[in-house]
Amino acid sequence: MHCWALIELERVPRPGFRLREGAAYSQPRPLLSLRPSNVPIARVANRFLRSFMNTDMPANPQLRTNEAELIKSVCDGKREAFYELLQPYERMVYATAMSVVKNPADAEEVAQEAVLKAFANLANFRAESKFSTWMLQITYNEAKMKLRKARSHLYESLDDQQQTDEGDYYPKDFADWRPIPCELLEESETRQAIQNAIASLSPCYREVLILRDLQNLSIKETMTILGLSKATVKTRLHRARLLLRDSLAPGIDGSWIKGQDYRKVRSW
Amino acid sequence: MATIEISCFEVWREISNYLDEEISPEMRERMEAHFKTCAHCNAVLDGTRNVVGLVGDGRLFQMPEGFNKRLYKKIQGDP
Repeated sequence: MHCWALIELERVPRPGFRLREGAAYSQPRPLLSLRPSNVPIARVANRFLRSFMNTDMPANPQLRTNEAELIKSVCDGKREAFYELLQPYERMVYATAMSVVKNPADAEEVAQEAVLKAFANLANFRAESKFSTWMLQITYNEAKMKLRKARSHLYESLDDQQQTDEGDYYPKDFADWRPIPCELLEESETRQAIQNAIASLSPCYREVLILRDLQNLSIKETMTILGLSKATVKTRLHRARLLLRDSLAPGIDGSWIKGQDYRKVRSW
Repeated sequence: MATIEISCFEVWREISNYLDEEISPEMRERMEAHFKTCAHCNAVLDGTRNVVGLVGDGRLFQMPEGFNKRLYKKIQGDP
């Protein structure tokens, strides 16, 4: 087991979230005493992984130093040090590629090409941004290039331009969505339904959503990777979240899992 | 001083920024006052918050099996 799976380091919950009863996020603690019995290890490990990427928190000087040493080793010819450097971000590289190309096989190919490109250009990395941001920027550009090469996506990208509707939003309905959905992710049907809903978003919304909400990157990192303004990142994220809410809220209440019609819980 | 009332429409426009704490204290106060009385906006808020929680959950997104082994081989220069 990798050592990073043993300790939970997330310091604060995502803003606006209700903490689970009994969960304590304020101090780094050993995993076993921290993890409530109903929170799977994968989720705790993921929180740890995401905590690397949050620039709103103070940078981890030890991590940065270690990364600088690894980068120097790679530049000195130690090829295997590159894998060590990359390992904490593998998942993010893959997820970033997936946010653009959607297809797992293409995403893997993009991830591999991006990693090789980063390896070849590591000597040019100037540490003006974090290594992870630089790596994801390369990945995003590679993924976009792959899309451009594929003729079939020409039409999709034209559609995207038209679908970039950043005007006002009106909820499709007011489905009451009780705050219990995390347990539902144990069911593969639920995971598939959510993945389908994400995949059905226009790329401009999906890319921002995956960087911000799946990978927990800061607004600034998202701006750097996608080359967007702060206002655009915020607007697209807002639209992506609300579109997902529109498509998932009734489903979470049972309709797309059990084939039932959505029933309002409240009387209004 | 009494909190200035806010419409549902304005709340929907800011709901994502509210979750990310990217709004002014004044706007937060106005929205929270609104949430106390508006069931519709509460439903939108709960749903949006749940979306963020679900998307950020590690179980949602899995890498293909063997992904890192194949990546490692690439870095090693293997075909």
